[in-house]
Amino acid sequence: MAQSRPVAPELATIEVHGITREAFLLRATLAAGAAYGAMSATPYISRALAQDGNGDVDVLNYALTLEHLEADFYTMAVKQVRGLGGEEKKLAQKLRDDENAHVDALTATIKDLGGKPAAKPTFDFGGAFADRATFLKTANTLEDTGVSAYNGAAPQISSVEVLAAAGGIVQVEARHAGLIRLVRNRPPAPLAFDKASEMKAVLEAVKPFIKA
Amino acid sequence: MNDSALRELADDQSSRKRFFKMLGGAGAVGAASVLIAACGDDDKTGGGAAAGGAAAKTTGDNTSDLEIVNYALTLEFLEATFYQEVLDSGVVKDPKVGDLAKTLQEQEQEHVDALTATAKSLGGTPATKPKTKFQDVIAKGPKAILETAATVENLGAAAYLGQAGNIKSKDILAAALSIHSVEARHAAALNELVGRGFGGGGGLEGSLPDGAFAKPMDMAAVLKAVKPFLAS
Repeated sequence: MAQSRPVAPELATIEVHGITREAFLLRATLAAGAAYGAMSATPYISRALAQDGNGDVDVLNYALTLEHLEADFYTMAVKQVRGLGGEEKKLAQKLRDDENAHVDALTATIKDLGGKPAAKPTFDFGGAFADRATFLKTANTLEDTGVSAYNGAAPQISSVEVLAAAGGIVQVEARHAGLIRLVRNRPPAPLAFDKASEMKAVLEAVKPFIKA
Repeated sequence: MNDSALRELADDQSSRKRFFKMLGGAGAVGAASVLIAACGDDDKTGGGAAAGGAAAKTTGDNTSDLEIVNYALTLEFLEATFYQEVLDSGVVKDPKVGDLAKTLQEQEQEHVDALTATAKSLGGTPATKPKTKFQDVIAKGPKAILETAATVENLGAAAYLGQAGNIKSKDILAAALSIHSVEARHAAALNELVGRGFGGGGGLEGSLPDGAFAKPMDMAAVLKAVKPFLAS
């Protein structure tokens, strides 16, 4: 079955595979696992696999990598960024915890599928933690990008259960974006209609953060 | 650090144009034909499914896209009207809050316009603006206004999420998703502004009311929740 496909350890591998409908579908199964608990994700995943018979555990790993990126970003930020106010630090910690919850659920879902969760890459966020303003700006960009990534992928999903679950994740990403924007005195939504980005564009965009 | 590509992704100057592109490139005709091909039950459900009609159906699976669009349109009318009445009332004196209310009003109005066009593109009659009653809330002042806005936006986000799995057309889904996350942004900011904190125990209060994984609401629950704001 699908799980026998090799797990892509790095984003580059995913890019070679490109964007497929099945890829999106499985990307969303991670969300199902997250939303319903990994143990109960199996029926959704089974259905998803039954529909296209082409498991893309590597795409789940692509998603895991992105979630790792966000989780790592906030983990480092909490430790390194100077000059955050009390509420701002609390927010950074909350965002870190949410992203970690996504990572955990995703990891469990990949295992549930019989796949091997990708190792956490080494990230390099450059000067993003140099000061409060740079951190918040980068966080803003990352969260907005996360929203656009999910919005771009979701319509490709064919299982309604999986789709609903993926929606539960993107809503949280959007809420994160709104909160960070508020701290930055920006309108919570820059546009009346959020953008949808293709996976390839997202991967290109986050590439500079991935060291190894 | 070079995040220019990221910023480019995050920035976009023509969201309305993009919305209609989602609805089928050259215009909404594409989406309409896709939908008609995909679900033949549209004729039966009829063109005039406003909130009342939609409310009769609480199980999602056989709810037509037009019904969902009109349901969303009714909620957007509610939000746009609320912000407009708040702005007109002059109750909000804090310029920061006033600016926010103005931005939110404009964005909700854009949703109204887009969903109206979408309903028409589906060959249906767009839901009409419901009669609302926000006077009591507005009379209570800025705090009550912001709290109500925070609750209503949480409701809106949950309502869109509740329909995502029911939408048949991928184009309509993409369009709905592009609004869903905007409602979520509004909701988080407003709940933070009114000092509700993250929440996390469920319900409609808090900037992250369901924690790391947002929960949907079905039509029946949403319509029950907005009932106090609808004049019968």
